[in-house]
Amino acid sequence: MIPILLIIPLAFAILSLLLPRKWTRTIVIPGLILQLGAALILCLTIYTEGPQDYALGDWQAPLGISLLADGFTVTLLALTALIAALCAIYALFFLERYNREQFYFWPLFWFLLASLNGIWLAADLFNLYVGLELLGLSAVGMVALTSERPALKAALDYLYAALFGSLAYLAGVALIYGAYGTLAIPQLSEMVAGNITTQVAVALMSVGLLLKTAIFPLHFWLPPAHGGALAPVSALLSALVVKASFYILALIWLDVGALAVTVSAAQLMGALGAGAILWGSWNAFKTPQVKMLVAYSTVAQLGYLMMLFPLAIGVSEAAATMAWQGTILHLLAHAFAKAAMFLSVGTLVLAIGHGRIADLGGVSQHMPMALFAFGLSAVSLMGLPPSGGFNAKWLLLQSAIQSGQWHWFVVIAGGGLLTAAYVFRIFRVSFTETVRHEIQATHPMLQLSALLLAFIAIGLGFASEWPLRLMDLTGGGTP
Amino acid sequence: MTNALMPIYVLATSLIAALVIFTLPERFHKVRTTFNLSAAVLKIVLVGVMAVGIANQLDYEFRYELLPGIDFILRADALSMLFAALSSVLWLCTTLYAIGYLEDAPNRSRFFGFFSLCVASTMGISLAGNLFTFLIFFELLTLSTYPLVVHRGTEKSLTAGRTYLRYTLGGGAILLIGVALMYGLVDQTGTITDFAQTGSMAELPAEQHVLLFVLFFVLIIGLGVKAALVPLHGWLPIAMVAPAPVSALLHAVAVVKAGAFGIVRVIYDIYEIEFAWQLGVLLPLAIWASITIIWGSLMALRQHEVKKRLAYSTVSQVSYIALGACLFGPIGTIGGIVHLLHQGIMKVTLFFCAGNYAETLGIHKISELDGAGRRMPLTSIAFTLGAFGMIGVPPLAGFISKWYLGIGALDAGMGWVIGVLIASSMLNAAYFLPILYRLWFKPVQGPWPDEHILAGRFETIGLLLWPTVATAVFSVAAGLFAAHMFSPLSWASLITYREYLP
Repeated sequence: MIPILLIIPLAFAILSLLLPRKWTRTIVIPGLILQLGAALILCLTIYTEGPQDYALGDWQAPLGISLLADGFTVTLLALTALIAALCAIYALFFLERYNREQFYFWPLFWFLLASLNGIWLAADLFNLYVGLELLGLSAVGMVALTSERPALKAALDYLYAALFGSLAYLAGVALIYGAYGTLAIPQLSEMVAGNITTQVAVALMSVGLLLKTAIFPLHFWLPPAHGGALAPVSALLSALVVKASFYILALIWLDVGALAVTVSAAQLMGALGAGAILWGSWNAFKTPQVKMLVAYSTVAQLGYLMMLFPLAIGVSEAAATMAWQGTILHLLAHAFAKAAMFLSVGTLVLAIGHGRIADLGGVSQHMPMALFAFGLSAVSLMGLPPSGGFNAKWLLLQSAIQSGQWHWFVVIAGGGLLTAAYVFRIFRVSFTETVRHEIQATHPMLQLSALLLAFIAIGLGFASEWPLRLMDLTGGGTP
Repeated sequence: MTNALMPIYVLATSLIAALVIFTLPERFHKVRTTFNLSAAVLKIVLVGVMAVGIANQLDYEFRYELLPGIDFILRADALSMLFAALSSVLWLCTTLYAIGYLEDAPNRSRFFGFFSLCVASTMGISLAGNLFTFLIFFELLTLSTYPLVVHRGTEKSLTAGRTYLRYTLGGGAILLIGVALMYGLVDQTGTITDFAQTGSMAELPAEQHVLLFVLFFVLIIGLGVKAALVPLHGWLPIAMVAPAPVSALLHAVAVVKAGAFGIVRVIYDIYEIEFAWQLGVLLPLAIWASITIIWGSLMALRQHEVKKRLAYSTVSQVSYIALGACLFGPIGTIGGIVHLLHQGIMKVTLFFCAGNYAETLGIHKISELDGAGRRMPLTSIAFTLGAFGMIGVPPLAGFISKWYLGIGALDAGMGWVIGVLIASSMLNAAYFLPILYRLWFKPVQGPWPDEHILAGRFETIGLLLWPTVATAVFSVAAGLFAAHMFSPLSWASLITYREYLP
């Protein structure tokens, strides 16, 4: 069952390249249904039978490619399938006016999906590298789609960052391989000791991954790339792609290299996160462009993910569990909310023809659903109840209380107000009645898909128990 | 089981109404109105059924685990029914009023959608069974009222909206901190913060008392922004730019009441009145509330606009609830709780009247009211009744509240509160009586500022007039029939004797 999740997107990627142009759109829906169905079946399997692993071609761990599916993995697989499906439905309608772009979009979309699934399932450090490389390349390709000058510049910056990031990561992997002779994660977690080689390796890998995750101060490439891309691309990038490198980072710090990392290093990671929250929010507050606002919001929200490290390293088990749960929930809630936000903002930009915040006046009358979707996703991003974002914030706060780390308590509690400061800029303008631009009609599916994603982000506030319960089923991998 | 689902139904009536209204296109105003009003009537019926059930000792509780170790609880008890009854009855009245007020205005679909969502949040607040659930709906209330405050979309209302957000989101963040600390440091099992489980905080070791003292005030500051305790009240007079039905809703039932209700919950259902008394948190809060009462009245005196004067009057009057909650002893408690309801119906009447003057004759300033009594007799009678009630003239609702507060203060050994009550009543008279004098005894000065609605069979259109008359009648009835079994006073006594002082 496990490899099917890689085979489906790869097969559709190749099909989209080979089939005549007019067919690439037709096969999207069947492909999405297959992908969602497979993810769902795997979820149920893991839920009933527990974690599973799979050796590709029956080559066992040290040599072959092994895949591992535990509760955490399948949650991420399901998340990816769901968000990708809604973004794809949006893209089907959004790309109608982009003839050339849509021919390239779909193969890249399927490659992106394949590499994401590959990363979630990979059980050794080298496969993670391959996944990262593929992911980076398809993401860069998607950013460059429109081939306008700013987009190309952003794509190029992104490419450099991605390549340098992978290189640093690969260097770390090489050191690990030299020291321990294996790259399989389950084996490494038993072998790795806290010596200097491991520490250097972890540091190298971390720098690479921080760059790829766009953690402050290495975030410079993200706002132009995410803010300049086409709306469905931005949504996929912000919701899923940056989470993949974060996932590897968490894997290395909390599992593989758990003995090599120190409490002060973890505090430093938290400080980077706090910096990201402040810097991202400030820029989101300043920017005149609506899509850049959302992109900077991603920079800020990624900062909360970094709270995992200080909150989970060197503390009691109860506090670490809560930090872990809160981070996962934040990852899920942010993915849904940010995808919804980029899609709704994309619709607004499509309707008024450009993206200046000052010109959004009057949209609440013409596109109430898009604005409502934006509003609901903003609720989750601000961490206000009821939403997935609130539950995540609650768990992180409780974890900070448990371990007595009051500085992080303040950061997490105050961060929501910073978010409110920038998202309410949009509401404020949208309630004005002066319409400065002609508002063009857009397809209702564009608003609907965004609304659905936003509802999921809110609904997560009532159904947080499900992903958390599923995540408890670990296969000795993640703590 | 129907008992567990009843709170859900009550919540759902306005939640589903909100969702349906949002999705209905702007032009479907008949469908929207019908749906909205039937939902409001259905809610009153459901609340009535539950109230009878509560009186007969039935339990209504819905709960499920939202996060590990934290439950989402909706539960109806006598106190929640008081608030639920107030908000469901006033939902119907203000909706009717708003339909008349916003006739042919743009964005009605958005307005009534958020209006219903706002009522859904107050329902959630009233039915919340623990602090966590309370927090959820408390924040939802902030979010659902913002679009109502900025509804007109003018520069002035947007600025007011920004101020409103700064205060309420800030207060929300402080409340979140308080609640998170309460769960994290004091109450990992979730029993103390459950409103139905009593007496457990007193068993905590003495070294935690300092913490509990501090936490109490963190919670009160968080709640006090919405309850408009001075100096956290700054948003309230500014939010007056909202349409009249919104002001009515905000002042009578939604925002300020949510804060006051929260304060009552914290004192009685989390800290327990007796323990709070021992801890020494009641006296500071009573002083704080008294300062607010006097200060609000003084500020009201200085206002020249009708709505602004009413706004400061709210600042003052809502603190009676907090003050009553701080009086240790059953009589004071009754006074505070009953004022929750009395202030609601009296204030909603006054705001309806202010809206009627503005909509019908274009009157916004107090000086323009000269002689309006003859032009709009029913509205002016309603205003007069509301004003006399606020001053505390017997046998109106406000008198009952003040009477119980006064005796309660003597019982609790806080005689100085009587002084506050007398001073406040005199100030109330000082800012209301000149208005009444202008209404009834001064001659009309030339034409009205901006007369939109000409006198027909009645002084203004029916949808503006009848809700006003209805709430005025309620506020008289609440005083006259105070001894009746289902009067606010009897219900408040039931709450007090059943739950707090067993």
